[in-house]
Amino acid sequence: MVANASTAARANRGRGSVAYRRAIPYLLSLPALLVTIGVLIPFVTAVVYSLQRYNLAFPQGRAYIWFDNYLQLAMSADFWHTVAVTLIYTLATVGVEMVLGLAVALLLQKRTVINDVMSVALVLPLMVAPAIASLMWKLMTNTQFGIMNYLLTVVGIQHFGWATDPNTAMFTVVLVDVWVFTPFFSILLLAGLRGLPSGPFEAAELDGVPRSFVFFRVTLPMLMPYILTAALFRMFDSIQQFDIPYAMTQGGPGDALMVFQVRAYLEAFTYTNLGKSAAILMVLWAITYFLSQVMIKRWLAMREKAHGAA
Amino acid sequence: MSIRSLLRALGLLAVGLFFLFPLFWVLMMSFMTNADILRSPPSLIFEPTVSNYTSLLSGSLASQVGTLNVDYVQNLMNSFILAAGSVVLSLLLAVPAAYAFARFRFRGGENMAFTILSFKFAPPLLVLIPLLGYFRQIGLTDSYIGLIWVYQLITLPLVLWIVRGYFEDISEDVEYAYRLDGHSWWETFTRIALPLARPGIASAGLLAFIFAWNNFIFALVLGSSRVQPVTVGALNFVTASGIQYGQIAAALVLSILPTLAVALYAQRFLVQGLSLGAVKG
Repeated sequence: MVANASTAARANRGRGSVAYRRAIPYLLSLPALLVTIGVLIPFVTAVVYSLQRYNLAFPQGRAYIWFDNYLQLAMSADFWHTVAVTLIYTLATVGVEMVLGLAVALLLQKRTVINDVMSVALVLPLMVAPAIASLMWKLMTNTQFGIMNYLLTVVGIQHFGWATDPNTAMFTVVLVDVWVFTPFFSILLLAGLRGLPSGPFEAAELDGVPRSFVFFRVTLPMLMPYILTAALFRMFDSIQQFDIPYAMTQGGPGDALMVFQVRAYLEAFTYTNLGKSAAILMVLWAITYFLSQVMIKRWLAMREKAHGAA
Repeated sequence: MSIRSLLRALGLLAVGLFFLFPLFWVLMMSFMTNADILRSPPSLIFEPTVSNYTSLLSGSLASQVGTLNVDYVQNLMNSFILAAGSVVLSLLLAVPAAYAFARFRFRGGENMAFTILSFKFAPPLLVLIPLLGYFRQIGLTDSYIGLIWVYQLITLPLVLWIVRGYFEDISEDVEYAYRLDGHSWWETFTRIALPLARPGIASAGLLAFIFAWNNFIFALVLGSSRVQPVTVGALNFVTASGIQYGQIAAALVLSILPTLAVALYAQRFLVQGLSLGAVKG
């Protein structure tokens, strides 16, 4: 009894005053918030830039022109080209990576020595910086000595231009993106596949249900949450992709690879037109903000599920 | 059945070739002289040379147009300083915050967590271009501190959300029992929660290191040449005229070796972190 009372007293002392206890979570999280929130200032500055005529080459011409930058964008063919190129890049990379990533995960599903070694190896491309991966492929697709062109001539394809040809430049950067990020899908889907309950599959096997039926009616629906999460993650990255096309050709040849951030970068640093650059980036931000709202909702639902199961 | 296993073997071969061949080939190129690289058809039979590495590390490259001074070692050092500094700062800031979000239900908590998370989704240039103006005014472009602060935009949300997931998975009962024993919340945090979440903190730290190491655009915009990491250094290098291809390959190999080493060493941690980061948050 005495011991119990003293334990309780000590516990109370340990907890401290109510006000202090209330403050704890704020004290713990405030530094993190402050460090990141400092970024809000440049964000507001960017909004202001986007409403101004602001070219570093003519600083005296700086003035508010409100939505003129946006209107000019809406009427410029170059901007719509950027929208189109970004859309193609995003759809191509996410689409190919999703299908290929799923195929690789299915291939490696069984736990054998080879599959385990392979799934370790798969992590490697994902660890390479996208900018560096781009330079690696640039070396390999060099039209004079690149190994890729040699391999293509072996199968009878001559003079493939890769990133130097406007017609194949998109293919080349999509290939680099696929090389780096397909493992992201594979790793997630492999974890998903191996976590699936074995009951339905054993039952299907016993009943002699065709494999294709099991795949489309059981495996795929059960994997869907993983596939969608991974796809949304990749979509963000692809829509904002800069490293791969910039390191490959700086947006060229011509304007073949002028995705949003590459165009905004060149607008700001080559043409010193900060107002227009900021407007381009604001449009990109609006798109990603919309997507992030969709994504966060999905993500929360998955968190709930994951924690509910645990 | 045998056709099925043959197809499976072919599939594995194709996957292995596609994902590993580029790494293998660039590694081979880094040991070739320019003459070997330009030979047609390409051949794997060549006299390996380390001259690409030695000239890269010594900093003066002999090229067709004369000697070129490239401080690639400095780029490598910068990458280490920036990535390690960012991870340390992120862990110091984000681990306590992750604990707060996981353990305390407090007003505005969820909003704060999402505010931090949402920075992950903003286009980097939107922040970087105005930031460059401020950095120039206060002279931060030439410092590691400025870049490490901006790197928090990538590393901090990553650490926060992965570690938070780990804290949430630790049973509160253990901590509660320890608290009832008369220990303060701080003791509970440092002696019970932190050690239990160590695997999560490790995988978050490793992933953050790799993300920071691989970053390109932040330093491209904000860093002066003195503080630029290998990603930016390598690009400058490639676009410099008259560089020998073997030297480029050697530079690329040096820039990816550290992250590949980390990945192979801590493969399980990374895969866990990646899956948790995506699925659980």
